[in-house]
Amino acid sequence: MRLLDLLFPERRNSAVIAKDRLKIVLAHERASRDAPEFLPALQKDLLDVVSRYVEIRDDTLRINVGKSADTSLLEINVEIDRSKVKPVNNNGAAARPRPLPPVRLEPESQAPWVKPG
Amino acid sequence: MGGGGRRESLYGVCWGKGGGLLAKVIVLTSGKGGVGKTTSAAAIAAGLALRGKRTVVIDFDVGLRNLDLIMGCERRVVFDFINVINGDAKLNQALIKDKRNDNLYVFPTSQTRDKEALKRDGVERVLDELKENFDYIVCDSPAGIEHGAITALYFADSAIIVTNPEVSSVRDSDRIIGILASKSRRAEHNLEPVQVHLLLTRYSLERVKKGEMLSVEDVKEILSIPLLGVIPESETVLKASNTGTPVVFDQESPAGRAYLDSVARFVGEQREMRFLQPERRSIFRGLFGRA
Repeated sequence: MRLLDLLFPERRNSAVIAKDRLKIVLAHERASRDAPEFLPALQKDLLDVVSRYVEIRDDTLRINVGKSADTSLLEINVEIDRSKVKPVNNNGAAARPRPLPPVRLEPESQAPWVKPG
Repeated sequence: MGGGGRRESLYGVCWGKGGGLLAKVIVLTSGKGGVGKTTSAAAIAAGLALRGKRTVVIDFDVGLRNLDLIMGCERRVVFDFINVINGDAKLNQALIKDKRNDNLYVFPTSQTRDKEALKRDGVERVLDELKENFDYIVCDSPAGIEHGAITALYFADSAIIVTNPEVSSVRDSDRIIGILASKSRRAEHNLEPVQVHLLLTRYSLERVKKGEMLSVEDVKEILSIPLLGVIPESETVLKASNTGTPVVFDQESPAGRAYLDSVARFVGEQREMRFLQPERRSIFRGLFGRA
């Protein structure tokens, strides 16, 4: 930022504002465009599971899919407030919901969002 | 295309199914309307024809025919694209030969309100027939991301993204680039991806210098696709459309010369970017202007 931009913020020219706004909106749109289709459903399921044990809000669980040359990385971030951790009841099975059927991972198959080649 | 033989371009040589050469399908697309797609399609097609390439320019904007007016052949339209797709007319009955250049043909669209009339298999059949007779097939896409626009870009080998240095146009261009990478025939069949090029139109160096308009570097950085050309905002563009003359036929027009440079780059020539003199730096600009 130039000296005069600091002194008079309204001097920041409109082309710079346009570029900054575009960069932000396009970063967001590209991320959602490239994301695998199951992501919203996965986010909802994860939220259900985590919230059985810990009180969390919708916006404190974030999922990202990062891509580099030959690997995809599924990143899940959950912000937890320590004071809101629910006690886990080891005896009372009724307190815990029925477990979901186990997920089988086949080593041969690629993750669905990895493009072949 | 008569003789065959190798045809060199920026992207190497295109070979057809039976070993013969195939014409290159170029789409001019933008997402946003009013950025200069039809003007650019007419200019690029005429520019290719001026270089001796047999070229046909097709209007894909079903219901809103306008390429005929820009090309100055609106009174010679008898049959159209939909007639040929439906088998109501032969290709050579619908193609209009340009009166200024023997290599140039115009393929007008229909004024029907039935947008779905542009069936994909029908379009493919017509394009395959055109490929036998032309070096380049230039497709003028309608605005938007609906059926017509998707059909126009589906068969493309390369795409020219017509963009204005303005936020909504740049955003829509980004969207179209994404669609080309996922919804085109090349994407669906895992072929070499569609080659995309940026054509920045209605550019005003004066306004860029004043910091009122996104610069060519800004748009290149945001879209990160190779730059084919920059067309300066010019009064001669309206004059050309008033008279139905592709702007490249106007020797005096800066926009026309910029289009000819873009065509030269498209076929693989090196041309310096004109109308983009580097900004002179001074203490004054350093203090007030941009980096």
